[in-house]
Amino acid sequence: MRPATREKLHSLPVDDTIVAVRGVDKSYGSTEALRGIELDFPRGRLTSLLGPSGCGKTTLLKIVAGLLDADKGTVMVDGKAVSGPGPERAFVFQDFALLPWATVLRNVAFGLELRGVPRGERDETARRYVAEVGLSGFEQKYPHELSGGMRQRVGLARALCVDADVLLLDEPFSAVDEQNRRKFQEDLIRLRNTQNKTFIFVTHSIEEAVYISDRIVLLSPRPGRVSQIIEPAIDRSGDPERIRRDRHYLDTVEEIWQGLKQYVD
Amino acid sequence: MNSVRSSEGEALLIGGASQGQAAGLLASPALLRLLSIVLFAAIWEVAGRVPVSFAFPTFSDTAVAFFGLVADGSLPKAYVSTLQPLVLGVVLSALLGVGIGTLCGLSRAGEWLLVPVFIVLQAAPVAAFIPLVTFVYGIGLTAKTLAVMILALPVIVLNTYKAVRNVNGSLLLMCRSFLGTRRQEITRIVLPDASPVIFAGLRLGVAAGFVGVVLAELLITPTGIGDLITFHRSRADYAEMYATIASIIALSTLTLVALQWLETRVFRPEKRGR
Repeated sequence: MRPATREKLHSLPVDDTIVAVRGVDKSYGSTEALRGIELDFPRGRLTSLLGPSGCGKTTLLKIVAGLLDADKGTVMVDGKAVSGPGPERAFVFQDFALLPWATVLRNVAFGLELRGVPRGERDETARRYVAEVGLSGFEQKYPHELSGGMRQRVGLARALCVDADVLLLDEPFSAVDEQNRRKFQEDLIRLRNTQNKTFIFVTHSIEEAVYISDRIVLLSPRPGRVSQIIEPAIDRSGDPERIRRDRHYLDTVEEIWQGLKQYVD
Repeated sequence: MNSVRSSEGEALLIGGASQGQAAGLLASPALLRLLSIVLFAAIWEVAGRVPVSFAFPTFSDTAVAFFGLVADGSLPKAYVSTLQPLVLGVVLSALLGVGIGTLCGLSRAGEWLLVPVFIVLQAAPVAAFIPLVTFVYGIGLTAKTLAVMILALPVIVLNTYKAVRNVNGSLLLMCRSFLGTRRQEITRIVLPDASPVIFAGLRLGVAAGFVGVVLAELLITPTGIGDLITFHRSRADYAEMYATIASIIALSTLTLVALQWLETRVFRPEKRGR
């Protein structure tokens, strides 16, 4: 088994970068959340932003999403500077952000509804993605009738439905119970293989990051900066259950933990 | 689809063991409501027969008086005149109130300019304004409509304002991230999210509107229901007086129930059957 290839700060440019973060600073009042962030996100891969709370990972994701403005620096998506949300990016929210008064189908189709896609067409697309995330038969249910895990599947289907190139996931499993989270992580690996999309994934779980990511960006707190980039060389083609027993997986988790330990208060 | 499912459920219930039937009947909300009305009428009847006061008619006398008032046309005629300022005032208050409230909730300027006015109006004993309204607008439809509105409008505006102000921020962010326009944000997120509190305000506003119209008819000009109450009181026809009062209470209650039905049906379908 090949050891993890580790890159230093300011990683070398990747051939095919879809999202590029250049010199991003962000402060909330006197609190410095992010300082001098330089990052490249390779196309078609799943990159995790990992770090302890207060490292600015969600802030960085929201800046990439165009939901927050950076104080300094730019975010480029496909070579174009970001000035707000765009059709090439879709967001999955930590608290699901589903419309409680709308059915699963309408929630999934909501992005298309806002874009003015006709009812029949958007429902058809939404049905496909409802099936894709394993919720067939629940189209006419309301969010309060679903479990936490199922609600987040709706959130994911909604993001997939608008056919964005980049999916931004903000701690999507933190409000989901452990069993559902594992199942969901396995599904995410499968989706990554079939959907041909770029995933940027914020998490505070080391295991989760190592399990699903092609690339892990470690952020250190106060102020948030990139401390390390790790590419776990784990073969994810086979049985997803096997990965959790993979020696390399366990070693990488341990290594990251040793690196992060100093920031835990 | 829902109705199919519930009728299946009922079929199962009927087909079920008879021992569960009594419990099943008691659990039916429509029946419980009916039971509570019957109980109320019975207590009224007993209290009227005791009698609590010579001016307190029995339920049966009141019921008879009610049909008498309907038959001789005086009650329908009174409602024709009462409903004009009431419906006009309530509809105007609902439209204006939700509009102004939404504006105040969305814009700082609107909030600073308008909200204090309505807070004062809600706190004031507005019935005291009614003579003032009469002084300015006379004794016609305008004055009565205004009386309805000064009672109904503040609570509708303030509830709408609070609901819009406290809209779920995460849903707004979601709408923005999926490229919703400001207009879509208001129509598809803010208003549906605020609708339960807006409707609570509308129910209070409509109830206040009924108070307003009766007050106006007692204080401004004796017409409609107010006149009917005054007239029968002056003649000591207590059964007729109670029948009139009970009829307007019943109408007010039915209006509120209809409003609730509209809310769950149109705006918050997920609350149906909960």
